[in-house]
Amino acid sequence: MDPIHQFQIKNLFPIARVGGVEIAFTNSTVFMLLSLAIILLFVVGGTSRRALVPGRLQSMAEVSYEFVSDTLRSTAGPEGMKFFPLVFSIFMFILVLNVIGIIPYTFSVTSHIIITVAFALLVFFTVIIYGFWKNGLRFLKLFVPSGIPIYILPLVSFIEVMSFLSRPVSHSVRLFANMLAGHITLKVFGGFVTMLGALGFLGWLGALVPLGFTVALTALELLVAFLQAYVFAILTCIYLNDAIHPGH
Amino acid sequence: MADHHGRPRMGNDARGTGDREQQPAEQAALTARLHRLGERLDRIRPEAPAEQAQAARPGADSSAMARGFRLSSELVAGVLVGAAIGWLIDRWLGISPWGMIVFLLLGFAAGVLNVMRAAGVVPPNRMDPPSSKE
Repeated sequence: MDPIHQFQIKNLFPIARVGGVEIAFTNSTVFMLLSLAIILLFVVGGTSRRALVPGRLQSMAEVSYEFVSDTLRSTAGPEGMKFFPLVFSIFMFILVLNVIGIIPYTFSVTSHIIITVAFALLVFFTVIIYGFWKNGLRFLKLFVPSGIPIYILPLVSFIEVMSFLSRPVSHSVRLFANMLAGHITLKVFGGFVTMLGALGFLGWLGALVPLGFTVALTALELLVAFLQAYVFAILTCIYLNDAIHPGH
Repeated sequence: MADHHGRPRMGNDARGTGDREQQPAEQAALTARLHRLGERLDRIRPEAPAEQAQAARPGADSSAMARGFRLSSELVAGVLVGAAIGWLIDRWLGISPWGMIVFLLLGFAAGVLNVMRAAGVVPPNRMDPPSSKE
């Protein structure tokens, strides 16, 4: 009953060997491919009919499109829509990975920090590269607030740079830590049920309490799974806004 | 399904060097249609939010719990980055513990700035001086 055991990466079969490092097909890969398949089925299936009066699947696909596009438009403006594919992919991928992870006996991919760091760095470098490509060196003015006396300007811009550098850290750690903590809590409460149950009849009665907690926590985890995907997407929009808009 | 009215022309130039270049008339017609569709969508969309309103506080419409999740990790991230930079500088320059002390404090300041920005207390930074367009 090791609560960390569920996060173990298992190598299923090797794919390739790059410079002495074996690249293996892992259980994480399985669930990433599975969620990719679910998203593909959902979006392609939802848009295949293109009925004027949408069916169930089509209206779900439309709702998810509208949700992401409204978020993007309200935070990054209409110009932000050129990043819609990026934001929509990130949102749907994280959402489906999170929700799959709640189902027992599955593996939650987003509880590994290497995955969330990869997402966060993708956004971070997109912002930097696009910001410099679009605004040139004016992008560096992001670190020089206007209206600051010249003698504290170096200090302030230094703090601004560190604030900018801390973005990928908070971006990735938030998603990873929430998923990890949630799943460990679920596992611990589930463990209490079996441990108390082993004590006999009174133990079974006592086990009802952690069982109730497990049910309630599962509902909370479902909310967290959605909210974390949403927070990740909206922060992506806010960061992209910095790169798109030189100023208002 | 996706409307492309927000996309500038250069997006077409970047990838249009292939076979698409051979039908400039069709391409122009398509662009014009997309443009018209975008204009119509803009008219239909009821509360196309004004620039100032959306710039005032990004993410203000997100639910309270989402904001709570956001705030909780911003401060930690700032301090962590400060500690990491301080540790690296100590290692490279051999001035331990001064790099750690200075950068941990700066990181704390950056973390507090992050939190205040996320909470909307301090307006987000702009690259241009505020007098230029507002």
